[in-house]
Amino acid sequence: MTPQDFIQIILFIAVLTGLTPILGSYMYKVFTGKKHVMLPVLGWLEGLIYRFVGADPVEETNWKSYTFSLLMFNFIGFVFVFLIQLFQAYLPLNPANLPNVSWHSAINTSVSFVTNTNWQGYAGETTMSYFVQMIGLTVQNFVSAATGIAVILAVIRGITRKSTDIIGNFWTDLTRSILYVLLPLSIMFAIVLVGQGVIQNFKTYEPVQTLQGGHQVLPMGPAASQIAIKQLGTNGGGFFNANSAHPFENPTPFSNFLQILAIFLIPASLTYMYGKMVGSARQGWAIFSVMLILFLAGLCLSLYGEYSTNPVFGHLPLMEGKETRFGITNSVLFSVVTTNASCGAVNAMHDSLSPLSGMVAIINMMLGEVIFGGVGAGLYGMVIFIILTVFIAGLMVGRTPEYLGKKIGAFEVQMAIVANLTTSVAILVFTAWASVSSYGLAGLHNTGPHGFSEILYAYTSAAGNNGSAFAGLNANTLFYNLTLGFVILAGRFGVIIPALAIAGSLAGKNITPPSSGTFRTDNWLFIGLLIGVILIVGGLTYFPSLSLGPVVEHLLMNNGISF
Amino acid sequence: MSTKLNTSLFNKKIFIQAAKDSVIKLNPAVLIKNPVIFIVAIGSFLTTIIVTAGMIQGNFSSFNFQIAIWLWFTVLFANFAEAIAEGRGKAQAESLRNNRTQTKARKMTGKLEVSTFATGLKKGDIVVCEAGDVIPSDGEVIEGIASVDESAITGESAPVIRESGGDRSAVTGGTKVISDQIFIRITTEPGNTFIDHIIELVEGAKRQKTPNEIALSILLSGLSIIFLLAVATLPAFFRYSLTASGLPPSQNLTIPVLIALLVCLIPTTIGGLLSAIGISGMDRLIQRNVIATSGRAIEAAGDVDVLLLDKTGTITLGNRMATDFIPAEGVTVEELADAAQISSLSDETPEGRSIVILAKEKFGIRGREVHQLNATFIHFTAQSRMSGVDLKGDDGTAYKIRKGSSEAIRSFVQSNNGFYPQKIQDIVIELARQGATPLVVAVDKKVLGVVHLKDIVKGGIKQRFAELRKMGIKTIMITGDNALTAAAIAAEAGVDDFMAEATPEGKLRRIREEQAKGHLVGMIGDGTNDAPALAQADIGIAMNTGTQAAREAGNMVDLDSNPTKLIEVVEVGKQLLMTRGSLTTFSIANDVAKYFAIIPAIAIALYSRGNGMGPLAALNIMNLGSPQSAILSAVIFNAFIIILLVPLALKGVRYRPVSANAALSRNLLIFGLGGLISPFIGIKLIDLLINL
Repeated sequence: MTPQDFIQIILFIAVLTGLTPILGSYMYKVFTGKKHVMLPVLGWLEGLIYRFVGADPVEETNWKSYTFSLLMFNFIGFVFVFLIQLFQAYLPLNPANLPNVSWHSAINTSVSFVTNTNWQGYAGETTMSYFVQMIGLTVQNFVSAATGIAVILAVIRGITRKSTDIIGNFWTDLTRSILYVLLPLSIMFAIVLVGQGVIQNFKTYEPVQTLQGGHQVLPMGPAASQIAIKQLGTNGGGFFNANSAHPFENPTPFSNFLQILAIFLIPASLTYMYGKMVGSARQGWAIFSVMLILFLAGLCLSLYGEYSTNPVFGHLPLMEGKETRFGITNSVLFSVVTTNASCGAVNAMHDSLSPLSGMVAIINMMLGEVIFGGVGAGLYGMVIFIILTVFIAGLMVGRTPEYLGKKIGAFEVQMAIVANLTTSVAILVFTAWASVSSYGLAGLHNTGPHGFSEILYAYTSAAGNNGSAFAGLNANTLFYNLTLGFVILAGRFGVIIPALAIAGSLAGKNITPPSSGTFRTDNWLFIGLLIGVILIVGGLTYFPSLSLGPVVEHLLMNNGISF
Repeated sequence: MSTKLNTSLFNKKIFIQAAKDSVIKLNPAVLIKNPVIFIVAIGSFLTTIIVTAGMIQGNFSSFNFQIAIWLWFTVLFANFAEAIAEGRGKAQAESLRNNRTQTKARKMTGKLEVSTFATGLKKGDIVVCEAGDVIPSDGEVIEGIASVDESAITGESAPVIRESGGDRSAVTGGTKVISDQIFIRITTEPGNTFIDHIIELVEGAKRQKTPNEIALSILLSGLSIIFLLAVATLPAFFRYSLTASGLPPSQNLTIPVLIALLVCLIPTTIGGLLSAIGISGMDRLIQRNVIATSGRAIEAAGDVDVLLLDKTGTITLGNRMATDFIPAEGVTVEELADAAQISSLSDETPEGRSIVILAKEKFGIRGREVHQLNATFIHFTAQSRMSGVDLKGDDGTAYKIRKGSSEAIRSFVQSNNGFYPQKIQDIVIELARQGATPLVVAVDKKVLGVVHLKDIVKGGIKQRFAELRKMGIKTIMITGDNALTAAAIAAEAGVDDFMAEATPEGKLRRIREEQAKGHLVGMIGDGTNDAPALAQADIGIAMNTGTQAAREAGNMVDLDSNPTKLIEVVEVGKQLLMTRGSLTTFSIANDVAKYFAIIPAIAIALYSRGNGMGPLAALNIMNLGSPQSAILSAVIFNAFIIILLVPLALKGVRYRPVSANAALSRNLLIFGLGGLISPFIGIKLIDLLINL
């Protein structure tokens, strides 16, 4: 690694940490109904939207109604995206005359975008019309991220309110997230990206003469607007198949830096907002620290995996699959960030990562996408881990475990377990199925432990709503489209519903005032403890499967055998 | 019975009984109550079938046989942990039953007395008891006054006064009247008496899971399901890897190995010890002579963060101490001290003794030989409200010394045609105003003066409150004294807050206020007027000397009627929760080492190039002898750790009054880090033994 590599990583962390309280306190103002800068600009629009859809912004509901609204909204989004894909050939804005999408691919894609996963079994430029990309996919990029924010807002209200069953109004949470947070940020970011050279047009694909005299068709389209939200909303669904490795999506080192930063920006800022909303900024910073430490641990291991010498490639760093414009450090940083944050955008092919780096990517997703994680999703996933941690360790102080004054009882533990169990079941059972069935193995391009890692990665990515892939697996088959679609749904709503249930249950409880007998959740001891629980609970579940995939591959590589 | 029995941990009788019970508990209907251990039992059963089937087919696998044996031992050890915890309670219940003889009751039907069996008594029946009678059932004194020996339930041999009306009207079935006669109205149905409750509780017959235990069981079951999945999907992963390594699918993992892995991973340690921890928590409370109506109450005790403490008995010595002699006009202080001392020589009450001590310290008046005095001592009675001594002087004249309340002495002096001076009355009023108790001393018709009895703050109580504060518990002193006196004592004792001139309504209001602020409140009380507050408090401890109403309102009864108990109860509650958390952490942390033992053992052949040693052998960081010994060592360690931790589960982790943070750091270091490291050492040692 060069000094520039180190400087860039340090700069990344510094800028991220600096922006966290700025955006965090802005979001705190937005979601607690205080005056903020965007209110004079867009406040009228908010009112108009409520009048248009006939929603009463003041009326709040209990967790069941909240969940119902959320599910209905997502279901309608799913049906809409599914239908426009099925009939895209008859719809406007299709200059490349792309045919209708197959039904199972359409199901997979709609599920994937509605759930903020953006797993893409298809190649964007050869499958989706501009209409589908803009009206279907980009819109879902916004609303799926806003859904994540809505859930964490409900969870926060559950924690801070007492003796009530009312946890908020889904429609106002959704509207405010989009209007005041996602939209302004995306517009700003898109403009910067266009400035860096990302394309934004409605042109037909352009045939060009290459320097060697060859013939090539360059895909065009409104890329910048989708890329801005794909990064900011931790969606990750590329406009083009090559995602952020494509020069039209990610032209310069500066755009690359900003894209990496954009992935972590909102999830990191949400921790600060969380701290402010629960009444102690320290609580937010404690969560931020846990995320940052886990991120850095993964980054170090991943960089080690890429830069270390090995008998197969000698002392050379592993360049295969990396974008030469950015180099290894940037590719590794991107891969760690995107798998941490459930984003799934990539600027290098994860299939070509060294076994250790590939394992870091898989572990990042296996841990439930809580290392910053998806917008909103990372934080509510983390709250679920906090509940488990508080319950296991909180007993050791000799009181019924409590978090922020709320007693953690059987119901909360049950819901936290359900959330954990759902993702574990989804990953393990389907990986097992795919790795022994002919239709599962049919998609494999690689053999040995690497092939196993590809299958494991696919289901882990789906369950974590990440969406990135070890590209060696051809997943646009009936089997993978449907099973992955199912795993994505389980990984999304199997966590959202328990999280909202916890919010509802916590809201009904009284708040015990803190004293020196209270289990503290804002100091280094707790930070260490939470990291330990995340690693041990996650690690114990997946240790065997990791051993048979990346671990054994790494050991074999050290013996001079690669796949 | 005395609850202070020989219940030492490995009492031989209990031990043998527990060993028997652990086999009886193999009954699936019993096992299913503990999901984690139930899974182990199913695993043991399956492995046994596989071993048997192998034997019949003629290929006996000694490895599988050993796995089966150790799996069964895991179940037995878990059962044993529960059985030994129950055994201690059962032994107590046994002695309770033995002490409860088939009592006869003297039931009153109208004016007639009918002899009947105690078990036939119904609520509302009226019985009469005289000296020597055993009180047949729980009830309330409606007429008369008597001293009662309650050692059967409290272990305290000194008799107590029970009288109609007031706060000392409750009597307990099984206790014995030793003087006078009382009429009792029975207040409980047969089979529902206090002693029946104790028997039920100590036997654990009606033991229900507490809320925290339920939550923990859910966590443990959830983890078990996750591990079940991790193990159940392993053969598929293995099949893929075997194919990729060019090995035949027949080399896939066998069921006994999978079961061994599963049993090692699921939290068997805490699963096996969970109920023992709960039972022993109840047990520790009983050893402190506190009876809780439910396990839930003990847990809530750990959560209490506001304690309402009665001044008298908790903060100050229940009995006031003599601190000064104030003579009447024309009497020297020595005369007064001398008279007060003589009259107190055979007064065994703490007040009486304190007078003797004060007289000795201040004026060097030594104890005199009681027999030589030719004296008749008059003991304090509830009616006379004074005590004293009748003496014959050297000249043969008899005179009477009395000490007691000012009213009692006034009527005593006046009945002797004496005069009760206004000055004395003034002193009495002044002392009372300061919160002290004046004791007037008189000889025949002459008032000698007043003994100043003062509240003495208990030694060490200030430190105790400081400890409680460290644990995050706020103390509030409740007293009937005026604010001035209360403030002085509160400051001296170091309580956080006080409530002066407290009325029952005031107490109730205060509890509600604290609860609305999110606090959990604990209090201890005895009177009928305490009952609403006891019921409102999260932990209400009724004193055994208290009224039936108070005992029913609270969720614990303190047999010793010692108000300081509240603090001990809180500690027992905290210790119970700590033990649970610590062993859960230990159990989960153990899994890391077990993986490092088992995964390399089962995956050793994968991707090997000819020599049978695949790359995953590198994970064998403990350098265990062979794949088989590695798996066996993990299983054996897993079984033995349960038995090794039984003493800890029964005694509870060491409790110290420190802040939550300090307690967490300490327990995390011992049980978290210890839980990570110890199995590496344990498994390695077992492996070395196996391979000897």
